[in-house]
Amino acid sequence: MNNLFMKKDRKGPVLFSEYKPGSALLKAAGMSREDILFEIKDSGLKGRGGAGFPASVKWMLTASADSDRKFIVCNADEGEPGTFKDRVLLTEYPELVIEGMIIAGYTIGAKEGIIYLRAEYSYIKEFLENKIEEYRKNNLLGKNIASKEGVEFDIKIRLGSGAYVCGEETALIESLEGYRGEPRNKPPFPVNTGYLGCPTVVNNVETLAAVPHIINNGGEWLHKFGTDKSTGSKLFSVSGDCRYPGVYELPFGISIKDLLEISGAENTKAVQIGGASGLCFPESEFGRKLSFEDISTGGSVMIFDKSRDMLKVLKNFMEFFVEESCGQCTPCRIGNVRLLEGVKMIEKNEYTPEYIEKLKELCGTMKIASKCGLGQSSPNPFLSILENFKDEIFGKHLNLNYDEKGIKKSGITAAAHC
Amino acid sequence: MKKELRSPVSQRPHTAEDVNGKSGIGSEVSIELNGEKIKVALGKSILDICRENKIHIPTLCYHEDLCIAGNCRLCLVEIEGMKNLQTACSFPVTSPVKIKTFSDKVRKARKHIIDLLLSEHYGECYSCVRNNNCELQTLAREHGIDSYEFGHVCEPRFEIDNSSAAVIRDMDKCILCRRCVRTCIDLQEVGVLEAINKGYETKISTFLDLPLSDVICINCGQCINRCPTGALHANDPSDEVWKAIEDPRKHVVLQTAPSPRASIGEEFGLSPGHSMTGQLNTAARRIGFNKVFDTNFSADLTIMEEGTELLNRLKKALVDKDENVKLPQFTSCSPGWVKFIEHFYPEKLDYLSTAKSPQQMFGAVLKTFYAEESGIDPADIVTVALMPCAAKKFECNRPEMNSSGFKDVDYGLTTREMAKMIREAGLVLPELPKSGFDDPFGEATGSGLIFGSTGGVMEAALRTVYELVTGRPVPFDGLNIDVCRGMKGIKEASVKLENCKKEFSFLEGIDLKFIVAHGTANAKVVMDMLTKGELSGYHFVEIMACPGGCIGGGGQPIPTSESIRKLRAKAIYDEEGSLPVRKSHENPKIKYIYEKYFSDGPCGKLSHKLLHTGYYKRGKFIK
Repeated sequence: MNNLFMKKDRKGPVLFSEYKPGSALLKAAGMSREDILFEIKDSGLKGRGGAGFPASVKWMLTASADSDRKFIVCNADEGEPGTFKDRVLLTEYPELVIEGMIIAGYTIGAKEGIIYLRAEYSYIKEFLENKIEEYRKNNLLGKNIASKEGVEFDIKIRLGSGAYVCGEETALIESLEGYRGEPRNKPPFPVNTGYLGCPTVVNNVETLAAVPHIINNGGEWLHKFGTDKSTGSKLFSVSGDCRYPGVYELPFGISIKDLLEISGAENTKAVQIGGASGLCFPESEFGRKLSFEDISTGGSVMIFDKSRDMLKVLKNFMEFFVEESCGQCTPCRIGNVRLLEGVKMIEKNEYTPEYIEKLKELCGTMKIASKCGLGQSSPNPFLSILENFKDEIFGKHLNLNYDEKGIKKSGITAAAHC
Repeated sequence: MKKELRSPVSQRPHTAEDVNGKSGIGSEVSIELNGEKIKVALGKSILDICRENKIHIPTLCYHEDLCIAGNCRLCLVEIEGMKNLQTACSFPVTSPVKIKTFSDKVRKARKHIIDLLLSEHYGECYSCVRNNNCELQTLAREHGIDSYEFGHVCEPRFEIDNSSAAVIRDMDKCILCRRCVRTCIDLQEVGVLEAINKGYETKISTFLDLPLSDVICINCGQCINRCPTGALHANDPSDEVWKAIEDPRKHVVLQTAPSPRASIGEEFGLSPGHSMTGQLNTAARRIGFNKVFDTNFSADLTIMEEGTELLNRLKKALVDKDENVKLPQFTSCSPGWVKFIEHFYPEKLDYLSTAKSPQQMFGAVLKTFYAEESGIDPADIVTVALMPCAAKKFECNRPEMNSSGFKDVDYGLTTREMAKMIREAGLVLPELPKSGFDDPFGEATGSGLIFGSTGGVMEAALRTVYELVTGRPVPFDGLNIDVCRGMKGIKEASVKLENCKKEFSFLEGIDLKFIVAHGTANAKVVMDMLTKGELSGYHFVEIMACPGGCIGGGGQPIPTSESIRKLRAKAIYDEEGSLPVRKSHENPKIKYIYEKYFSDGPCGKLSHKLLHTGYYKRGKFIK
């Protein structure tokens, strides 16, 4: 068993560095809201869920929204296949997450915080609740936090019900409100009209966990790690064909190649970065870097070695999207089904290159026409796997049943597959 | 009206208020629309802006009666500088954007979306009830779809649910725009339909996927009016009606309600608001109906019964100090509303007038009084009702509606089904000569006619009740009680009763307070007021299940919208103003029937047997 799993050995420059619980809270209590916002802005902290939206902008917009009631929501619906870093943070560094939420709440003027915990993590709920209770007892949650007059914040935990799409912030809010977990139209964005119609910040667990360190060390400090536009570090959930799978904290800008080496991967054929909705890279691109300027990711790294059938990998991803689309908007609900059908056609050698091209065009529409990030990114594996592994896939699956015009030798075109 | 809707936050119309705080309201922003510079009000949706500028944006999930969904993705437009396309229906303009409504990206995306919808849409257009009036079909034509780019389903996946007497659900034709869901929960607050499952398995379902007849559907049919395809349609009995017409032993009589005549022209290409009363009579006769009667007659009868019942209740409450008398009295003409109160407020059924609806009263009169007068065996009389309503189909099949020993009304036809019969008979309705109604119920009053619009029953009742009590006509200019009219969700007003006749002296000086509400969402508001005791001091409440009243009924031509409903209402009020008799109690045929048949008067013994009914405490759980 790989010892990187063990907390005592888990080391990293930011999140997995030394931290004295409560220290950032006490420091923040002595700072003005503007000062905290300045430090967060200065740090260049970007959303760690994958989209990379600057945390300070979200905070600032919510802070300036005119409302008596605001919310901080911690997105712990870690649902992207191949991601398990938030679980590690919540179980091993819950103080960072809780304090990040309190500081965020103080900064934007929110009194209520909610941790939206995915259903599969319900076993962590009690542990977290005990932690939260400790903070309450130490006067770091509740009223007059850290003896600071009028500073009020409390956290409750809500469980998801297992839908992938509820990791999307507006679907998460719908789910919190008791409706079907389906994304909302944007605008308006949650920073203006969020949970219960109130301004709401939805931040990833990892984003919030970085906040206490930034407060303790100053915004400038984060620039010591990572690249110009991707400051700090990232947690990578590494899985698949490697000797040391696990969660790694590494500075932004690390190359795929280095990551493979660290995790003890050999004979690697492909790396899927960003989970099912991410992109799949072949060996020729292993020099590329994991950062917002090159490959933006929520941290999932799946490694496939040379024994893997890439068409099967793709089929697995597309089956996932067919099931996990919320079913609301047309491009995502039906588009993914058509893409999966395309994969099955290839599998059975019953495709025409023309129809596959047509599906690729459909991917273009899905990316710009779907309502939320799910449908906008679900064509990624289809496009990148078919492009990057075309020799393997189309070499293995020759379509001998069709002539060059796409006419099946029995006389039926591939498109009319009914 | 939109603002009043109860709906999930995600589906509420978004205005500048939501986006930028209140400061922006009222100001303007300059934008570029397809290269043309224009100024628009801050916060207005791109769709509204385009419509004002005569740019057609295809829509499918959007409906002006409903809150925004943004799920079909057909109204996508391109905004310069944005990576993704944006839905015109939901996107409020708050900055000087540059919009393209038909760029290459936009056209390709729209076509893809239609292709995708068609790939899952079972069936062929020519075998569909909505052929030529289907929004998906129109979109396919507008976008030059000439093949199934992504295949086409060839096997049905769902069983057609035809359990309901009113609404048939054919989910193979459903495109999941969820207009029906929003209609049911937001517009009507019934909530029978909801999307279940996710991804490809998503479908519109009832509670536990039960057949529609076994859930709390009130049969209003508003979902039918808003369905863009043939997934929802009314249960059509026209084959049976044709069969009865063909049968020489049967005496087939048609009664026509006021609303279909104000709207049926739309089925023949006329713009909304053309009354077709005379032409419709001719068409019905040419089709082969033996007699054509005016439901307005029984609307007048309803006023006599319901009005008398109200006076009786008032007397019991004020003179006899009977504490068991329930006031205010609620109207019972709308079968959707009746089923709504049976499901949602079963403990409040005593407030409901026991008078049958005009449709059922007419049926009962036809199989008794008319049968006797004309010497026809009631067993051979087939009564058909042309109604703007889906719920009337359920109502005429209620088991208790047979107090004459025969089914009061045999078949309920909607406006759409009647139009289909007229087309089948090869008649072009607008070109037919006009003709009148048949005797012995030939004349009806304007009071009966205005039953078709929200507030009409109240207006008609007030004209009669006021005059019965005081001996003078209602103190409103030209008998037009304007406070009852218009499309406001809930209207309330009062009339002071002064110088009453001797027998009504107990009403002297009383302010007769009344409420008019339409759409069951508004009915719910009124009922909740009743529950909280806020309606003490009120005397009479009119409720219609459908928005706009019967002119907006679930059996009316598709499409519907507030502007269409207003035009239909106007057609009714215009026709009413020109009628010679406008008060129910002055209808000579009404006087005649009370002299000859219901000789102990309104709410007498015989009328109680034939013209009144009872209700079921259905509740929300159906066994």
